[in-house]
Amino acid sequence: MEAAAAGSQQPLGSSTTCGPRVSELTEAGNLAGVQHIILVLSGKGGVGKSTISTELALALRHAGKKCGRPASLQVGILDVDLCGPSIPRMLRAQGRAVHQCDGGWVPVYVDQEQSICLMSVGFLLENPDEAVVWRGPKKNALIKQFVSDVAWGQLDYLVVDTPPGTSDEHMATVDALRPYGPLGALVVTTPQAVSVGDVRRELTFCRKTGLRVLGVVENMSGFICPHCAALCPWTQSSLRA
Amino acid sequence: MEEVPQGCPGTGSAQAGRGASCQGCPNQRLCASGAGAAPDPAIEEIKEKLKTVKHKILVLSGKGGVGKSTFSAHLAHGLAEDENTQVALLDIDICGPSIPKMMGLEGEQVHQSGSGWSPVFLEDNLGVMSVGFLLSSPDDAVIWRGPKKNGMIKQFLRDVDWGEVDYLIVDTPPGTSDEHLSAVQYLSAAHVDGAVIITTPQEVSLQDVRKEISFCHKVKLPIIGVVENMSVFVCPKCKKESQIFPPTTGGAEVLCQDLKIPLLGKVPLDPHIAGAKVDARTQTGRDEACAPAWVGALGQEDPTVCPWEEAGKAQQTRGRCRGKRTGWNPHLVRVVTKDSLF
Repeated sequence: MEAAAAGSQQPLGSSTTCGPRVSELTEAGNLAGVQHIILVLSGKGGVGKSTISTELALALRHAGKKCGRPASLQVGILDVDLCGPSIPRMLRAQGRAVHQCDGGWVPVYVDQEQSICLMSVGFLLENPDEAVVWRGPKKNALIKQFVSDVAWGQLDYLVVDTPPGTSDEHMATVDALRPYGPLGALVVTTPQAVSVGDVRRELTFCRKTGLRVLGVVENMSGFICPHCAALCPWTQSSLRA
Repeated sequence: MEEVPQGCPGTGSAQAGRGASCQGCPNQRLCASGAGAAPDPAIEEIKEKLKTVKHKILVLSGKGGVGKSTFSAHLAHGLAEDENTQVALLDIDICGPSIPKMMGLEGEQVHQSGSGWSPVFLEDNLGVMSVGFLLSSPDDAVIWRGPKKNGMIKQFLRDVDWGEVDYLIVDTPPGTSDEHLSAVQYLSAAHVDGAVIITTPQEVSLQDVRKEISFCHKVKLPIIGVVENMSVFVCPKCKKESQIFPPTTGGAEVLCQDLKIPLLGKVPLDPHIAGAKVDARTQTGRDEACAPAWVGALGQEDPTVCPWEEAGKAQQTRGRCRGKRTGWNPHLVRVVTKDSLF
């Protein structure tokens, strides 16, 4: 991350990423201007994937200024949780409209400096309480559109927030991103054994799909009681098991 | 089960069998003939199979990690406290099956008999089924697309020999997708009592729950009520309460008032519950306290009285449901007090 912040240009599909390189002879897709793609995964729901995706995007944006660059890094967030899109609310971008340009859909910029952009199915719903009741093929099709038909432009990082599990959305996302050589996956868990169990399955998914695991984040490790300042563990951590 | 092509338009689509992505699919001819759009015969088979099941309850939430599986496990355990009540727990979270671990049944295997798959029995009156029992290793990932998951759910409902059951509790994954559509579709002729929706107090959870409620309305699934989990955190050291997930928009209480849905109860975030395995065989005091707290949250005072019928008549006092007061289960008396519920 430090090297990236210093402005080094890592070629797409470099040896540190998975999947085939993008041929210079093929038509560059809408992700051709994205330097690094990070997927945020977890087998378990509710561990904080969307929160961590949001925080990671904000931290990456600030990393540019910290390393002496004149401007923040350009960061995009792709929310492929079609049934439960949380990122618009987390970035206070609910109700924003998606516009079109020659290159496709324009992602929604969530800050005045236009350094963080976001695409989510949440922007495409007429009613925010409307349920997206789709089977796999329709979800796959929208995820492909999010990858190929959104004009992401020049981004230093694209953070991809995913729903829990190892199913259609995950396979569609990995397949659609494979030509662009994702940097890898950040796997999020909480200390409980049921969460760690699902994370083990997610790590198996990463191995089977050739997705490099950048590391595991244990979220909600403990809670500091505001009354007595005691550090209360959620449960006994199972991460080392 | 055959894998379908990536661009599959869906068997119910007008393009079924006719689209470009259908070329080469083994089911192309079937879809193109229109037979794919006909009602699945399994629906009637499941209706017959589940005739011996009196009450069927789906546990849903749009949001992940709110405690659906924990709630399902504890509810099953609590209902099964009465030895005369037959309880079945079905886990249709194909990608993240948590129920075996929560019930202390990891490593158990499913056996087949002449009358179908036998559920794994935790107690004589509590049977459990999950894809977790079918995995050769707990680390095995179930990387299946929708149609394969649907097939598994169909088998669970049609081929498992549940026997005479008073309550079938169906634990679901988060969201409103294949698993939920399949469960509702296959149970459409079998009369589902309704859905219990779990949430946590914060708005990011409630917004997904509103979608889930919208889903229930779309598929005409009755909603029994909403349970707010992790309402407050009770510090194990000083016993004071804190809100980890602040109800900035009023929590489940306001949501239920707005949508005119019963709030069945609120349950505190207890690290003991988060870490406990509900295992009737251990019979520790901690495990015994967990299950009644959950069941108590539903005001399930008399296991012979269907709580779902009572929910309609229940009065709510400070978030506590009171149903018909007949024959308190002695375990429940201890925890179903104003101090335990909010």
